[in-house]
Amino acid sequence: MSTITAALGSDRARRLRAALTGLLAAAAAVGAPFYFAPFQVFQLTMVLLYAVALAGLNLLVGFGGQISLGHGAFFAAGAYTAAVMLDRYDTGHLATLPVAAAGCFVLGLGFGVPALRLRGLYLALVTLSFAVFLPPLLKRLQSVTGGSMGLTVDKLEPPAWSGLAEDQWMYFAVLAVTAVVLLLARNLLRSRVGRALLAVRDNESAAEVMGVRLSLHKTLAFAWSAMFAGVAGCLYTWVIGFVSPDSFSFVLSITLLAGLVVGGLASLYGPLLGAAFVMYVPSVSQDVSEAAPGVVFGLLIIAVMFAAPTGLAGLPGRVRGALARRATRAATLDRTPGAPSAPGANPKSLAEPGPAAVLTPAEPAAVDADPVGAPPRTEKE
Amino acid sequence: MNAVTDFLRQVVEGLGSGAVYASLALALVLIHRFTGIVNLAQGELAMLSTYVAWQLVASGMPFWLALPVTLVVSFAGGMLVERIVIRPVQGAPELTVVIVTVGLFIFVNAMAGLIWSFTVKDFPQPFPDGGIEMAGVRVDWSTLGIIGVVAVVMGLLYLLFQHTSVGLVMRAVACNPSSARLSGIRVGRVLMLGWGLAATVGALSGVLVAPVLFLEPNMMGGVLIYAFAAATLGGFDSPVGAVVGGLFVGVAETLTGAYVDVIGADLKVGVPLVIILAVLLVRPQGLFGRAAVERA
Repeated sequence: MSTITAALGSDRARRLRAALTGLLAAAAAVGAPFYFAPFQVFQLTMVLLYAVALAGLNLLVGFGGQISLGHGAFFAAGAYTAAVMLDRYDTGHLATLPVAAAGCFVLGLGFGVPALRLRGLYLALVTLSFAVFLPPLLKRLQSVTGGSMGLTVDKLEPPAWSGLAEDQWMYFAVLAVTAVVLLLARNLLRSRVGRALLAVRDNESAAEVMGVRLSLHKTLAFAWSAMFAGVAGCLYTWVIGFVSPDSFSFVLSITLLAGLVVGGLASLYGPLLGAAFVMYVPSVSQDVSEAAPGVVFGLLIIAVMFAAPTGLAGLPGRVRGALARRATRAATLDRTPGAPSAPGANPKSLAEPGPAAVLTPAEPAAVDADPVGAPPRTEKE
Repeated sequence: MNAVTDFLRQVVEGLGSGAVYASLALALVLIHRFTGIVNLAQGELAMLSTYVAWQLVASGMPFWLALPVTLVVSFAGGMLVERIVIRPVQGAPELTVVIVTVGLFIFVNAMAGLIWSFTVKDFPQPFPDGGIEMAGVRVDWSTLGIIGVVAVVMGLLYLLFQHTSVGLVMRAVACNPSSARLSGIRVGRVLMLGWGLAATVGALSGVLVAPVLFLEPNMMGGVLIYAFAAATLGGFDSPVGAVVGGLFVGVAETLTGAYVDVIGADLKVGVPLVIILAVLLVRPQGLFGRAAVERA
């Protein structure tokens, strides 16, 4: 009985802590543009924008278990949709967002259909070759896309009533979209669709037996994921005001995947960490050498896959879990061997993952579990 | 008549680049057969080997001596990669392994840039200029040379696999690792050997294509896509398929670039995309591959 009340108490405390953390984060996010210099605000804006793309990729890779090496292409499609609309039809920025989102959703659906037959590596190959193919295609369609010169369009202008500088206004616009998108991703994953997706990732046959329609959910995962990337691309056009084929080479696709893996697959705030990584690691290490970001990225991806498959986001939980295990082991050793019931009851409540539960108190196991499986121990010959 | 000779010239040229794709595709297929992995970093490893060759030649070594040295270095490098990077994730879910090879791709690419910079380097053409006339079609020595070298290597590989005890052991491991282990074969070492061989064959493709593409860290990106198309077309578990697929992709690419105006030289890279999609939708196991039967 006492354990139940304790559990309830800890649950309430955790909710309170989650609410407090959320409030603090929101306050920090709103206050940031008034505190930092314009260039730093711009960098933060880019972090948010990448976070949208990574959240999309996370739906597909982290939760869907499919792999895409071509999300830069959907990003590019969104960016070009916005740029062409602004350039040719002068539609205003807000109108470009739904069109880019819908366009990329449909494009993703189109890709989702072959994706059904392509598992694992084949999907990676097809998406990679799509990402390689897109820049020359954009160069070719010169009349619409401006060819290799690209398109220069108006950035997002702050309205007079706001009294904000350009960088601050862009930051808030992107922040608003990012918040909505991340919320959408979170709710999507906790809905029927999300649970079906997780089931498909973990065991296709079992999921199918349980009545999950594989084809529908795999295609939809691809479409949603492409849509998020497209939204991010649209925001990119708003913020940068310039698109060219060379900004969207397949390096972008690979960088996105790298950022997601390092940030944390199948974690809800992994994309934010990953986005910060994608933004800041190149700008910091570029001073050392042109190649330094790649070296850091490559080593980190491999290191993360070996040592911490949950990425940066899962690290605190893993460390806490390891410490808790050690603590229970020590406690078990202290106890007399005559009390066999104790060790089994304890470790669970102790090993409860903490930080990942901030956003999803309801399903910590699903979110913090090893998304792609921990690498097995090396076999001894 | 002129149109015919022109067509034949294009075909021969296509076979030349196809031989290069075939050799990288063969590297992919070798690794896939042994470990079930598609090594996305295969092209980058080949690029690294090409830099080694360039460094040797630049320091005064004659090309035909530098080539075997490079191949030996690549062999050792491939074994090291298997032991250090791949072994720890052997048997892990496919996604994990693919991501590790992506990490390797980024790392090797950046390391080459770090060591040799991103400026384009001239790679010496090992074959003499000029060519010969065959049935009215002019064939460059370089094209013939590439096809010849690749053919010799294929022949050696065939001999290795079919007529030596090492080859027998390797086939056993590719066929059934657990049974091979139970019969006393050191599976880990054989896998290292497989990766070493793949790196050697891949290195060959890099060295052969470098005079045409010029040497730079991103050189193999395009070639890798063509090699993927070749391996998909031939079937990812068939070495013969890789060669046939490579030649086909090379010819298809050259002909589309030359005769289909809408495609032209700049959109040629769409050809492998179309080939991959078509093969996967029509015959996913490829021309020579076996259909995978899965038990849930």
